[in-house]
Amino acid sequence: MSTIADKEQEIVEEFSMLDGDMEMTINYIMELGEQLPEIPAESKTDDHLVKGCQSKVWLNAALEDGKVNFVADSNTAITKGLVSLLTRVLSGETPESILKAEVTFPQQIGMNRFIGTQRSNGFAAMIKQMKLYALALSSKSQTNA
Amino acid sequence: MSVVAPNMTIADIRKQFPVLDQQVNGKPLIYFDNAATSQTPLSVIKALTDYYQMDNANIHRGIHTLAERATTGFEETRKAVQRFINAPEAERIIFTKGTTESINLVAQAYGRKFLKEGDEIIISGMEHHSNIVPWQLVCEQTGAKLKVIPVLENGELDMEAYSELLSERTKFVSVTYISNALGTINPVKDVISRAHQVGAKVLIDCAQAASHHPLDVQDLDCDFTAFSGHKMYGPTGVGVLYGKRELLEAMDPYQSGGEMIKEVSFEKTTYNDIPYKFEAGTPNIADVIALKAAIEFIEEIGFDIIHEQEEALLLRGQEKLFDIDGFKPIGTAKNKTSVISFLIDGVHPFDLGMWLDAKGIAVRTGHHCTQPLMDRFGIDGTVRASFAVYNTIEEIDVFAEALKDIVKKFR
Repeated sequence: MSTIADKEQEIVEEFSMLDGDMEMTINYIMELGEQLPEIPAESKTDDHLVKGCQSKVWLNAALEDGKVNFVADSNTAITKGLVSLLTRVLSGETPESILKAEVTFPQQIGMNRFIGTQRSNGFAAMIKQMKLYALALSSKSQTNA
Repeated sequence: MSVVAPNMTIADIRKQFPVLDQQVNGKPLIYFDNAATSQTPLSVIKALTDYYQMDNANIHRGIHTLAERATTGFEETRKAVQRFINAPEAERIIFTKGTTESINLVAQAYGRKFLKEGDEIIISGMEHHSNIVPWQLVCEQTGAKLKVIPVLENGELDMEAYSELLSERTKFVSVTYISNALGTINPVKDVISRAHQVGAKVLIDCAQAASHHPLDVQDLDCDFTAFSGHKMYGPTGVGVLYGKRELLEAMDPYQSGGEMIKEVSFEKTTYNDIPYKFEAGTPNIADVIALKAAIEFIEEIGFDIIHEQEEALLLRGQEKLFDIDGFKPIGTAKNKTSVISFLIDGVHPFDLGMWLDAKGIAVRTGHHCTQPLMDRFGIDGTVRASFAVYNTIEEIDVFAEALKDIVKKFR
């Protein structure tokens, strides 16, 4: 079972093979977005929109066997691909490890350069929202326990 | 200062813009975001560096040589602006940070003083947020009401509806000359004369017009006009407000401090004459001085050549883009400047903008600070390609091919 840090490292390596080529990078990000599992209709509502994103992003989370499973979608192909990177890194982890995670891969793969600062802020909003979900789910699991 | 010789080609003009000669993401830069900010020619850059290398000093009160040079340069720009917009006198030209500040100045210094409950302000449905929000603020402060001229499906103003909105309650009309989001050129002379018939004052937002269209404030008979340096080949951080003398004189100061006063005592302060009454504090001297070089750049090319080139770019763009799979132009007014705002079925504007950037092409995506206009068309935003005199037909062709290539990825 790979840790958050392992998964981040994988992403950094994948992106390094793209050699900084912007078109190849966008192509790859879009391919990743296409592979993102479809979001259930009940999660694609205004209640699950992430604030701070320029394009629309829907995000929801559920606890399964003590691990958080994120579902996400976007109305733009590139954002969807970027979001898929975050769900890949943080899905299947315990709420505690999500809350502790630093999530450094966006900076490491030069997200600022590829996506621009506005998008990077959207990324920060996404990460914050994912941590809030983890926090809510961890307190819920403690209450139930 | 000779910027471009007569009979110059577009290639000659391009050479004046070093920023255009670069690769972005491994591709030659194609800059189609001119409605947001135009690039600056060497003459403007030189005026800025010359000022800091030779003449930097505070203006108007210094008695030493540098202060005198800086003051002369600053006031020379005022005369250049006067000539550029055919103002009857230089004192009616006020330097601001840009169009936004110019409009805010009028809204606060005129609107807040002279508007009252029951009065109406008319704007249009295609205004930039900077010509909406200052008036909303004044409405909150005075109890005046905001009325909006609707926009027709093709992106033109509904002039019939405008006439119906006008009444003796109308005290102020503030409308853009050219829509930043659609490129529509509005019949502002008609807008102004109809407003004057009911005794309303009129501000024309010329932010988009200044680099495309000759401005003649006397012929238009507008009461106020506003524009920005950075959309007319000039520097950022400098703009102009023109106003009729009797209105400017009747208005209270907008900000206070040095420069805008005649005499100060703790009992009573008297204000300076126009334009200084509205120029509190040390102004943006360098950028004001460089604005003159931008005006001269436009004057030496001439609006005939600018118009001819931009019209050719617009026509080529329409010819090449309109048959792209799923292409949907937003704004198809008969009278339009060199802006193509569009959507492509099934491709989000953000994705298009990112892909174009990857191919070295700079466009603007989003709502263009005109959210009410986007709402009117039932959309979140568009992709906007806006052309300037230094853009070429070849660039349009590369742009069209790039778009076709991108659209294929989404089919």
